[in-house]
Amino acid sequence: MSEILTFMGMEDQYKKYELFFGPNHPGMHGNFSYIITVEGHTIKKIDPDAGLLHRGFEKLVEQRLWMQNISLIPRICVPEPDINEAIYSIAVEKLMGVEVPERAQYIRTIILEMARIGAFLFGFGGIGGATGLYTASYWTFADRDYLLDLFEWLTGARIYHMFILPGGVRRDIPNGWLEKLSETVDYLQKRLYEYDRLIYNNPLIVKRLENLGPVTQEDAMKYGITGPNIRATGIKYDTRKAVPYAAYDKIDFEVPVQTAGDGLARAVQKREEFQVSLDIIKKAIQQMPEGSVRAKMPNPLKFRVPKGDVYVKLETAHGEHAYYIVSNGSDKPYRMAVRGGSFTAGLVYAQKALVGMRIEDVALWMATMDICPPDFDR
Amino acid sequence: MNYKKKSLLGPLSSLKYLFHDPITVRYPKEQKKTYPEHEGCSPQYRGQHTNDLEKCVGCGSCMDICPTGAIEMVEFNDVKDKPGATRKRPVIDYGRCCFCGFCVDVCTSSSLSMSREYIHTFITPLNADSRDAGDLISNDFVRRPDLSLTENPGWNTPDEWSWLSLDRMVMGVMEPKERKTSFVEMVRGYSKEEAVREAQRCVACGLCKEACPIHMDIPEYIDAIWKDDIEESVKQIYKTNPLPEVCGRVCTHKCETACSIGLRGDPLAIRWLKRYAVDSLPLEKYKSVLLNNAIKPVNKRVAVIGGGPAGLSAAFFLSLMGYKITIFEADEKVGGIMRYGIPAYRLPDSALDKDIDFIKSLGVEIKTNTRVGKEIEFNKIKSEYDAVILSTGFNLGRSTRIPGSQSKGVVQALDFLSDTRDFAAKKIKEVEITEKILVIGGGNVAFDCSRSAARLQMMKFGKVNVTQICLETLDIIPADKAEVDESAEEGVVLICGRGPKQVMIDENGKVKGLDHMKCNSVFDENMNFNPKFNEEDKAICEATMIIEAIGQAPDYSYISDDVKSKMKFERGKIVLDKNNETGAEKIYAAGDIVKGPDIVNAIADGLRSAIALDKKLNK
Repeated sequence: MSEILTFMGMEDQYKKYELFFGPNHPGMHGNFSYIITVEGHTIKKIDPDAGLLHRGFEKLVEQRLWMQNISLIPRICVPEPDINEAIYSIAVEKLMGVEVPERAQYIRTIILEMARIGAFLFGFGGIGGATGLYTASYWTFADRDYLLDLFEWLTGARIYHMFILPGGVRRDIPNGWLEKLSETVDYLQKRLYEYDRLIYNNPLIVKRLENLGPVTQEDAMKYGITGPNIRATGIKYDTRKAVPYAAYDKIDFEVPVQTAGDGLARAVQKREEFQVSLDIIKKAIQQMPEGSVRAKMPNPLKFRVPKGDVYVKLETAHGEHAYYIVSNGSDKPYRMAVRGGSFTAGLVYAQKALVGMRIEDVALWMATMDICPPDFDR
Repeated sequence: MNYKKKSLLGPLSSLKYLFHDPITVRYPKEQKKTYPEHEGCSPQYRGQHTNDLEKCVGCGSCMDICPTGAIEMVEFNDVKDKPGATRKRPVIDYGRCCFCGFCVDVCTSSSLSMSREYIHTFITPLNADSRDAGDLISNDFVRRPDLSLTENPGWNTPDEWSWLSLDRMVMGVMEPKERKTSFVEMVRGYSKEEAVREAQRCVACGLCKEACPIHMDIPEYIDAIWKDDIEESVKQIYKTNPLPEVCGRVCTHKCETACSIGLRGDPLAIRWLKRYAVDSLPLEKYKSVLLNNAIKPVNKRVAVIGGGPAGLSAAFFLSLMGYKITIFEADEKVGGIMRYGIPAYRLPDSALDKDIDFIKSLGVEIKTNTRVGKEIEFNKIKSEYDAVILSTGFNLGRSTRIPGSQSKGVVQALDFLSDTRDFAAKKIKEVEITEKILVIGGGNVAFDCSRSAARLQMMKFGKVNVTQICLETLDIIPADKAEVDESAEEGVVLICGRGPKQVMIDENGKVKGLDHMKCNSVFDENMNFNPKFNEEDKAICEATMIIEAIGQAPDYSYISDDVKSKMKFERGKIVLDKNNETGAEKIYAAGDIVKGPDIVNAIADGLRSAIALDKKLNK
């Protein structure tokens, strides 16, 4: 390319320019932007430019009662909102020293895994979208709808469920819901093989993903990359196993790992974890205990959390999501900070990893790394 | 997975889906496969609200919990007035609502729920000015939910899922076996942890405030207890109530009947919380906590005749207004019915004295053993003081006036209770009782008699043999339910729906029993007391002592005739004019002789007379 420009005498004009890769770009995930300095098609420098998605969640939380926040925090992350409710609830429970009933723990596990599958489906669709295979995104979004139907039945809402509360969950499982969930899990299992044919066994996609932004184990450790991305490099670290929460310590599951750490390994890792999530749901349905689903909690209007601070981290589809909550003993949180799953990958590691790649790889890299803008801008 | 099994033809398998039904559903034409029996959205969908306006009490908990501030409580004229409710109802701004359903989960009256309706259409009127369109649309989003969407019910909250704490903190009470052997206070009171846990149940709706005769700032003092700020709590209590130790024990707690939590579960133990707050603050601290502003003296003297709850209340409030007060009390100590009527196991002397000592410390002069009309003339008081408040109460016992009721073994409730109280305070050695006692009456005073008699019998004879008969059946009995239950636990036998016919006397002139008959109805069509008996259906109850507790009457003999002639009486009570004055110059009245029937109403009446007096004197 540069030879032609030299030949045409336009080298100076086109050699280096700045590209605003922002919300207007179809490959961008949400309201986030990278300001890319490109030479030809090659990225020379990349500046993450956050701020467009800022909604002031962390400050808003300080002005609402502990229980009112349940309706606010799921909005931090659209693809996987339930994780926020779960972290917040677990944090409050830890500060208050509340024991959550076992049945509620299992229901939470099922909800979190359903949300995880929903996020994976989003991710599969993202890979399809970034590679021009739009069938993938049509299919995944349609299949996700079945999960949303089940969410709607259980919680009364499709996207922001506001269902997991400090002390347990809001309602018990309706009659017939678990059977429908089993049917849906079986259906998704069947569909997974279709996705294999469409995406993972598709030579075009495999070729496109191979060697895309390989992450080394050292980089993964250094930059705090978590979730499926670190497991794609061969490090077997999963928060569900390392710091078990909900009913994960009672359910037997094996965490898969890849070794290559490149785009393909990351995509395949997610596909493998999709399978694990289906298995976890199946086991949770089988082991579902009887009993109450909510511990006795104080009146929400006079809800006080003892003084203290707590850091709670949970595994999500795009990494380790965590909250740091400080309570000064009053009826509102004193301070809350969110650490998103792809926080370091999208904001810091991107500045290293994307340099040397081509413009068309940015969207695909973001899809395989599962960069979620609300993780660093909320 | 073997992802190396690559095939370019793999993606072509998707072609088979060309002939499949689409997954997305066109509502309302198609049902969802997940819940085919429900048209459209899920059975517990959180859509637009429905509210049963008649069931709703307007407590405003929905407004308080709403995270988006979408709910506002608005007063409506088309909402029927009902006791224990306001005329306010929630109005929801659907431009702000996030459909979390928290309002439904905290609804105290379970009137609020959500429907499965979520489609909102607004058609701009053709003739509307484009400048008004914004307002038109936003006004259309603000709606008062009613029952119009109930045919399509969605999210609703049965008690099981309610976020409210519906169970009351259990109050420690002495076991019946233990408590019937003494006059020690039977209710133990809350510990700090228990009180805070009970206080956190309050949703601060303020319905209690409306129901309380003195409109105490209940949500405020409960909030202070929750925050463990006892001084603030006592400050809030003393704003309206000069006898909190008494009210914290024996108040008829209209507040708890109105409590919105009581609609789903146990009402808050407001009375016990008040008791906890005042019990926790020692008397020495009262002055520094309560009297922050110096009282500006008014150079006027007021006499209060009768040191019962109304008199003490009037004295307290007038002292705070700067008046110099003198209370004339016929008995040895002030307190009236609180000291000589209510048994010590419900209200110990120490609690009552704490309240009275604080009132005394305000500079109120108390002249005990001074019966007006005997030790001092009424007209003398009237001439010496700038004003006189009458608060002598209903201090005479009422007799059944049945044959034999004048005989020796028949005693009046107030005399018996007064003796019992003196016995409990170890002032007299013994109260005259027999082994078989019968109490006539169904009010709280009658239960006080029967339970006191049971204790005295237990202490003297080692066993209880007390029978109580009343006209009313259990469903309309005027006494508190707790009294009925607790007296049964202590061994009192209650016979309901029977009226006394005659007292049976043996040949020595001693009481041997009561002839009683069935009471068909207690009230007539106009709800006036007019019992009808069936004289055929009669029975005999053996007893060697009978206590009559069928009500009390006032005694106005001490008032001079010239004053009395200017006052108006109706059914034994003094009628006040619109300025709350009696008609006689300088004479005011409060308490049972104006408006009954309990201590908290007497306190309210004391305040009312104090205000009326101040209005006149400070003109």
